[in-house]
Amino acid sequence: MLGETGPEWLSEEVKTGTTIIAIEYNGGVVLGSDSRVSAGASVVNRVMNKLSPLHDKIYCALSGSAADAQTIAEIVNYQLDVHSIEIGEDPQVRSAATLVRNISYKYKEELSAHLIVAGWDRREGGQVFATLNGLLTRQPFAVGGSGSSYVYGFVDAEYRKGMSKEECQQFVANTLSLAMSRDGSSGGVAYIVTIDEQSTEEKVILGNDLPTFFDQ
Amino acid sequence: MAAAASMMPNFGQQISSKNDLVPDWTRQEVSTGTTIMAVEYDGGVVIGADSRTTTGAYIANRVTDKLTPIHDRIFCCRSGSAADTQAIADVVAYQLGFHSIELDEPPLVETAANLFRASCYRYREELMAGILVAGWDRRKGGQVYCVPIGGMLVRQPVSVGGSGSTYIYGFMDSNYKPGLSKDQCLELTAAALSLAMERDGSSGGVVRLASISEEGVERRVILGNQLPKFSTH
Repeated sequence: MLGETGPEWLSEEVKTGTTIIAIEYNGGVVLGSDSRVSAGASVVNRVMNKLSPLHDKIYCALSGSAADAQTIAEIVNYQLDVHSIEIGEDPQVRSAATLVRNISYKYKEELSAHLIVAGWDRREGGQVFATLNGLLTRQPFAVGGSGSSYVYGFVDAEYRKGMSKEECQQFVANTLSLAMSRDGSSGGVAYIVTIDEQSTEEKVILGNDLPTFFDQ
Repeated sequence: MAAAASMMPNFGQQISSKNDLVPDWTRQEVSTGTTIMAVEYDGGVVIGADSRTTTGAYIANRVTDKLTPIHDRIFCCRSGSAADTQAIADVVAYQLGFHSIELDEPPLVETAANLFRASCYRYREELMAGILVAGWDRRKGGQVYCVPIGGMLVRQPVSVGGSGSTYIYGFMDSNYKPGLSKDQCLELTAAALSLAMERDGSSGGVVRLASISEEGVERRVILGNQLPKFSTH
């Protein structure tokens, strides 16, 4: 009994290993994520939805430490609610991204999470913001998480300006599938959220329905 | 001050670590940061590599040739420590040349790959070498064998290696299909290497390609301004 420490995963930090992606199209955005949460070598949740709503038409994609990412999302959700009541209308995507960035930058030494913020607002339409390490930058698309390294080449080659909504959804599904098959910390199912002026649509693609490639 | 440093060798270490006169890169190992790739097609193989060798943040050679001939129709693509891979390639080229004379026949690609594996596995603690062995022989045609760090050996229809390879796994998985022609393989390799060179700081320069078949070896170079371009914001 003395010196017995139990299984390793009890003392490993819980991380959302992850692949996350967000891409804007004319009129909205598409966000995607995998569903694996790991503590060391153990998968503690194989169906976690890492696309978290910050407001009706603004979502964020979580990666890095699960606790840090979830907490930032909850805090910003609250701050955005207060802000939108104060201004009397739906908040801008840039405001949501700025709130996330403010927390990420102020506590950058203590936190290890990267959130991609994406959504639709009346003023600028679909927008994607990256907030890595406390920066704030608007991009046509953004990838993040451990699995993203494996698909930089793919997204660089396949991305074209002016893709339609369906093309963006296919792009997200392909990217997630490729990353999930190469990254040990990404896997499970693919969650895809499409946000535009009319609606916010959440979709799940189960493992066997994901796009496959030459060696599968 | 630089003169003072060289006149007092005993204090060399102290002085160099305490001021900026001796740059960091003089104390870093020379590494082929690298992206390398090899693809089989029906009748041969296509291999490619970038051309950057770094010591820390300094680019020691911007036109390196990482595609090293081991025999007439067998090449290797080198990644990892430049010294280690050059030494291993020299040893294997010698062993293979000797073996081929004994046999009185061109050697098999699998033989060359096993010689690499033998050295990389035996000295795995001391070496840092990730090698792709590719070539053509009469028995099995075009073959690609991967000998990564640690010294395992596996044959694959397409393989990438080096620090830049992580960025192109997705591209390779989605764009490679069995049954591509030689020209399609050349295009695929050039595109993949360009994408990796764009994202990986340790890869860059020019793209060196070679195709190996029964007819022989054809080498070419694609210069920076002629590389395929992709639209990224």
